[in-house]
Amino acid sequence: MSTFLLEIGLEEIPAHLVTSSEAQLIARTTKFLSDHRLSVGHIQPYSTPRRLAVALIDVASQSEALSEEKRGPSIERAKNDNGEWSKAAQGFARGQGMTPENFEEHDGYVWLTKHTAGIPADTILANIGEEVVAQMKFTTYMKWANNAFLYVRPIRWLVALLDDVVIDFNILEVQTGRVTRGHRFLSNEHVTIADAESYSETLKAAYVIANAEARKAIIQSQLENIAHQNNWLLDLASDAAQDLLEEVNNIVEWPTAFSGSFDNKYLELPNEVLMTSMREHQRFFYVTNQSNELLPNFLSVRNGNSEHLDNVIAGNEKVLVARLEDAEFFYQEDQQKSIDESMTKVKKLVFHEKIGTVYEHMQRVGQLAASLADKLHFDDAQKVDLARASEIYKFDLMTGMVGEFDELQGIMGEHYAKLFGENSAVASAIREHYMPTSANGNIASTAVGAVLAIADKLDAIVTFFSADLIPSGSNDPYGLRRAANGVVRTLQSKQWHIALQPLLIEFVKSNGKVTEKADVTAIMTFMLDRVRKLALDGDVRPDIVAAGTALTPDGDVVYIADRTQTLANHASDDNFRDIIEALTRVSRLAMKQSAQGYVDESLFENQTEQTLFMATKEIDLKTIELQGGEAVYKVLAELQNPIAAYFDATMVNADDEVIKNNRYIQLHMIDKIISGMGDLEKIVIK
Amino acid sequence: MTNSKLSLQDIILTLQQYWAKQGANLMQAYDNEVGAGTQSPYTFLRANGPEPWHAAYVQPSRRPADGRYGDNPNRLFQHHQFQVVMKPSPSNIQELYLGSLEALGIKPLEHDIRFVEDNWENPSMGAAGIGWEVWLDGMEVTQFTYFQQVGGIEVDSVTAEVTYGLERLASYIQDVPTVYDLEWGNGVLYGDIFKEPEYEHSKYAFEESDQAMLLRHFDEFEAEATRLLALGLVHPAYDYILKSSHTFNLLDARGTVSVTERAGYLHRIRTMARRVSKVFIEARSNLGFPLLKDDDLREKYLGANGKYALKEEN
Repeated sequence: MSTFLLEIGLEEIPAHLVTSSEAQLIARTTKFLSDHRLSVGHIQPYSTPRRLAVALIDVASQSEALSEEKRGPSIERAKNDNGEWSKAAQGFARGQGMTPENFEEHDGYVWLTKHTAGIPADTILANIGEEVVAQMKFTTYMKWANNAFLYVRPIRWLVALLDDVVIDFNILEVQTGRVTRGHRFLSNEHVTIADAESYSETLKAAYVIANAEARKAIIQSQLENIAHQNNWLLDLASDAAQDLLEEVNNIVEWPTAFSGSFDNKYLELPNEVLMTSMREHQRFFYVTNQSNELLPNFLSVRNGNSEHLDNVIAGNEKVLVARLEDAEFFYQEDQQKSIDESMTKVKKLVFHEKIGTVYEHMQRVGQLAASLADKLHFDDAQKVDLARASEIYKFDLMTGMVGEFDELQGIMGEHYAKLFGENSAVASAIREHYMPTSANGNIASTAVGAVLAIADKLDAIVTFFSADLIPSGSNDPYGLRRAANGVVRTLQSKQWHIALQPLLIEFVKSNGKVTEKADVTAIMTFMLDRVRKLALDGDVRPDIVAAGTALTPDGDVVYIADRTQTLANHASDDNFRDIIEALTRVSRLAMKQSAQGYVDESLFENQTEQTLFMATKEIDLKTIELQGGEAVYKVLAELQNPIAAYFDATMVNADDEVIKNNRYIQLHMIDKIISGMGDLEKIVIK
Repeated sequence: MTNSKLSLQDIILTLQQYWAKQGANLMQAYDNEVGAGTQSPYTFLRANGPEPWHAAYVQPSRRPADGRYGDNPNRLFQHHQFQVVMKPSPSNIQELYLGSLEALGIKPLEHDIRFVEDNWENPSMGAAGIGWEVWLDGMEVTQFTYFQQVGGIEVDSVTAEVTYGLERLASYIQDVPTVYDLEWGNGVLYGDIFKEPEYEHSKYAFEESDQAMLLRHFDEFEAEATRLLALGLVHPAYDYILKSSHTFNLLDARGTVSVTERAGYLHRIRTMARRVSKVFIEARSNLGFPLLKDDDLREKYLGANGKYALKEEN
């Protein structure tokens, strides 16, 4: 068994693309091998900032031979009256590159057995450049020199070795060979690889840890060691720390962790400022003491060894201090201003060219938030806080700190609002109105913050729709899908039942030019698409999602999501099929003929009509809906037997038009209740 | 006191010598106000079309909004860039760059040097590129870009642009707390030369500029650029585009351009930048791309089926 090594040598790949590119290289290689029927024991991937590689362990010497039986024409058609091979038969043989002498006859047809011999591994692997390397796709790509070819970064070398033999191919002017590059500074530039198996050791001797997993483990243990020696707490478990570790891993080939420090006086800055300066701007890990307070120290990783580490530490400390010095300046400066001063500037800040200023946006949001607060029966104190928050919640955009550290918007707003004497409900709402900041991000925890978050997002959705800036395909430059997702998730998390449709109709009507062109039906579809996506992501069957999210007259997304989940929860019940069949039988019939008026009990001809009527006449859908999807489902489930009995005993299409009409009136009445669960017709009953 | 550390002018001389040896022609700073070395015609115009081009120059770069009255240790109304453009991008451009750091006495083994992804875009000039910022012990000292689009046109031949922030690099090398403490040369400090102009330019840009005059100038410069473009006078037209751009920057620094108007002005500059790229390529094409010596490439671009083949008149 042989080993094959493919290495693509690149100029520094963007850190966030290294891991996904490694995965893509494995996937494309796997498909390549299966397309060519070449078997390998397993695939070992490697990746660093300068290289993507795979080692194929235990490569078969040749591809699997193939023997396929191909069916030709029927024996009748294969021979003419004289018993000679017909044109059709000859054509079939020619098409398979054989002659009629090779025909076998069985099962009423003529057959050919086609043998494809195995192809030597080296012949197949010579195609890996064109079929794998050149096919790689990236979210960021470029061309270089005089080439039109696009790649993530310029390809500078290629290694392709089957054991100790170079497999020849080229991409642009780069020809494969056995020469790779070691660490940019610690190793001689060119390093020869004797054979495929020794790749990883050869690189290690040239100061490159090619195995990304192994490299990450080294970094982690180096960081933890330093933290441990100094009695610092280092949190590597959080998502943010994991992301940073991943990024750092993809910007070094030979990691050496180190620590640095800064003056205690900067600890007076808000924690978020310190954390952002260290983590986001410098890719440092921050550390805390045993009581979780930030320490004036940081950890970082050098791409190199420990020689002259003092220079590296001093340089990094200097850069961090310059940043903190800036932050300190802005922090002092911002505190000299007032919220009013900032708000004067917000009046000039444009929300979107076609829509208007951020200040106008805030005014509409204030109005919408107040209307939501009424519907949610906020108390007077909450309403006062909400009104205040909606007057000032974007002021921090005009502070020096947010100008410099834009990722601190909202966070600095909360911080400064408190310093300026706002109460904590108002201050929190300023931070929380951005939430959730990602698809799975945390939801605003306070009621005031949540309403402001919802109103802020709804106004953005409505005004952008009105300006015809509607997301299409994967193109969502203003993050409106994320905003809609945020609205749905916030409403769900708070269990706030809001009739979005009438709310939006009213909102669109009352804001003149900037909202008037918004199509509320389209917006509701857009919102419901988010409900659908959330349900599908929660592994709810597509047909059930379609059923639960159809027929949504007032757009209470919380109830819609809830009843969809209810249907999903019951889909594996023994009686689910019977219940749905009984209910959809009513709906289908009701659809056939319209009928208006009230049920006249005196026209009933049998007991089942009466029983069904008694079972349904007291049902007040609105009231039950408030109890949730489960309550509605329970009521509907109880109708299964009366409905079944009804259809057994009752001929709906009676000859007497009056009786017939009365029956349809009754069916419509029941159908209306059933629609409280969605459009059950969409459920696929197996 | 003897200072073995390179003065700012030593740094410039070293870089000039180094890049001249690598085949770059030393140009002089462009004599028009620009916001960055990229705006010099030696980069912006020459990045268009298929002709090779290798140049290096210092470019004083004016950014009125960054003025701080000479008070801030790092922010300046005018800073200096050392700009290198190599077109087509050489396959060893990163190594050449690292060699320039060694020439400055920065030994890679004694530091931590990284290429961190940073894609550059200048929407008002319709220019975009892919590249990195280079970190030296955590400090960004160089912007490294492969141009992909210039003046809204996809480039024929990719320019590698290396832009050193001279003040930053010098601050690192000389290890001083503010740019004003840098030694320019012969014991004269950066502050001795630039502190007063920084104050005056900041005072002018933020408080004293004549709004009405600037608005009028912008319109006039734009009209002149547009007129010259129609005449095919590329270089004078480009000068007026640069003047428009700088005039807008002065207006913007004053904070009186509303954000909506701002978008409008940027759009007007972008429109001119797109046109000038097109007209420049036409002008060079009419000359038969004299700097393009490679026969295969001449055939590719100027041959019968070439992108810039002369159209036969019927």
